[in-house]
Amino acid sequence: MTTSLTGGKPDASPRTRPAARGGMDPRTRKRLGVIALNTAGVLVFLFATFPVYWMVSTAFKTNDQIFTTDFIPIPTEITFEHLDRVLTEGVAGNSIWVYMRNSAIVALGTVLIGAVFALLAATAIARFRFRGRTSFLITLLIVQMIPAEALLIPLFLNVRRLGLYDQLLGLIVINVGLTLPFGIWMLRTFVAAVPKSLEEAAWIDGASRFTTFRKVLFPLVAPGLVATSIFSFITAWNELIFALILMSDSSGYTMPVALQFFFGQRGTDWGAIMAGSTMMTIPVVVFFLLVQRRMVSGLVAGAVKG
Amino acid sequence: MANTSTLARGGGNPPASGRPPTRSRRRAKASGMPEWVIPYVLLIPGLLVIAGLLLYPTIQMVIMSFQKVGLRQIRGVPAESVGTENYTQIFESEIFWSSLRNTVTFAVVTVALTLILGTAVGTLLNRLSKKMSTFVVVGIMAAWAVPPVAQGVIWRWLFDADAGIINWVLNLLPDWFSELLFGRSDWTGEPWLNDAFTIYLVLIVCVVWASFPFIAVSVLAGLKGIPAELYEAARVDGSGAWRTFRKITLPLLRPVFAVLTILSIIWNFKVFSQLYVLMGGPNNREAFNLSMFSFAEAFRSPPKMGSGAAIAVVLTLLLLVVTAFYVRQIVKTEEM
Repeated sequence: MTTSLTGGKPDASPRTRPAARGGMDPRTRKRLGVIALNTAGVLVFLFATFPVYWMVSTAFKTNDQIFTTDFIPIPTEITFEHLDRVLTEGVAGNSIWVYMRNSAIVALGTVLIGAVFALLAATAIARFRFRGRTSFLITLLIVQMIPAEALLIPLFLNVRRLGLYDQLLGLIVINVGLTLPFGIWMLRTFVAAVPKSLEEAAWIDGASRFTTFRKVLFPLVAPGLVATSIFSFITAWNELIFALILMSDSSGYTMPVALQFFFGQRGTDWGAIMAGSTMMTIPVVVFFLLVQRRMVSGLVAGAVKG
Repeated sequence: MANTSTLARGGGNPPASGRPPTRSRRRAKASGMPEWVIPYVLLIPGLLVIAGLLLYPTIQMVIMSFQKVGLRQIRGVPAESVGTENYTQIFESEIFWSSLRNTVTFAVVTVALTLILGTAVGTLLNRLSKKMSTFVVVGIMAAWAVPPVAQGVIWRWLFDADAGIINWVLNLLPDWFSELLFGRSDWTGEPWLNDAFTIYLVLIVCVVWASFPFIAVSVLAGLKGIPAELYEAARVDGSGAWRTFRKITLPLLRPVFAVLTILSIIWNFKVFSQLYVLMGGPNNREAFNLSMFSFAEAFRSPPKMGSGAAIAVVLTLLLLVVTAFYVRQIVKTEEM
């Protein structure tokens, strides 16, 4: 059905001569190309999502369907027993709610403190030209690269000395440190995007510096602040290594630490760990989809010339 | 969500509303502070955090790497200097060299695979229809968003010896093919996570899976910034797909690739969470990388924090070299 070439089309140019391409007419070729591209797209989609799907579906399978050498793509019976078990019985002596709550406290605390500090610093960088500005920017870039493992030992000792060991506040403080440099770096582009003339207009109308900040700059920077905050939230939510060494009492564990305790000596309760991982992953996926665009721009800022 | 074309600069949409710009540049001095003090005041909290939580501990780490820091010192006894003993000790340990080898090999392989796959997917996304590309972008975002610990959990499950799906798939292969490729045909109960080599195979798959989306989306953003006329002209001149990619796409995206490569190297050098989950804590010494080795030395019992710090110093120095390239690239391409 694809053989009829419309008469008047100038398809006779030597380069597109059908014979040269194995006797296939260009429209068929094009259609095949589209099919190939879409197939590749679907394969990429499956490669990316299948492991995530597998985690969620395992969480709702019965143990018979989990511990089998057969492949059961879609659970034939759905069970909430694993979810129920992690919520009531939990792991390491506490319900998974305790760990979810701890993670949420640490992440939200990090965001609240980090957002204020980042906004102040970003305003300074984007709105003022001052001595030491470039050095500060380069410092920001360098400190982001210091591996957390390098800070681990000294911070562990400092936190103990300050009496913050085994306290969620200690984790909050450390996460502020880990997220702030990137937060400032990312937020400064949002502040710079607000036209200065708007603030100047407010000053001329007699507004004080603080009022100008609150009524003009802040509302306009708010979307950027949300994006930066979500980034910090995710980092703090995912953080494993400091939570591992700074919390000794199991009631203070965060989700990443608690998940380790599902891998028991007597074999792993895969249904329960998948239920736990699913609970940990969902908030991040939701937030992620909200900010992914801005996050990429923050990381490769400047390298992509639009 | 999938419209990544605006992520080039800032990403924020500068609000167009508001009043027309004023002509006067008169400054209203409402607060009592002199103008030049303000930025420094604004910077105080950020500077304190960076100095107290990042810079000072880095210095402490360097100092501690020349000291003996054990249980007594953790309890408050002043640490005593041991000169370069920590360093000579780790350089003599076999675990250090295997950790270093693991770190570097893993980073090189993973960075290469991530960049190749990410670039391929980015180019593919650019050629798909809008609907289809949104569909795929949402899918790869899901992989990207999974927390590192959960990534480790998922892949540990997929590679499980008894009920893992990977062994099931390998058993599906025709026997002769499996025999030819791997020299065996029965994969039932194959334990992937006992041996350092196979742990790293799983780790590579896991990290590539989780990090190619970022590369793909960044490459897509870069591609959107290349004027379509260039490709038009190349096509008219009869340039093939590969040639077009090599002669137009690659040179124009060089700055993007530079930053992506450096960031990937830095991230992969310090991979920790996924490895921790895959090997079930710092148990398998042959499978350590530098991060894990430093962690294991410092928090074993009895703790050897000085020697942990010495390993961390080595890791930091390696990263610093890479970071220097990163900073140079950013300073070159961005007006700060």
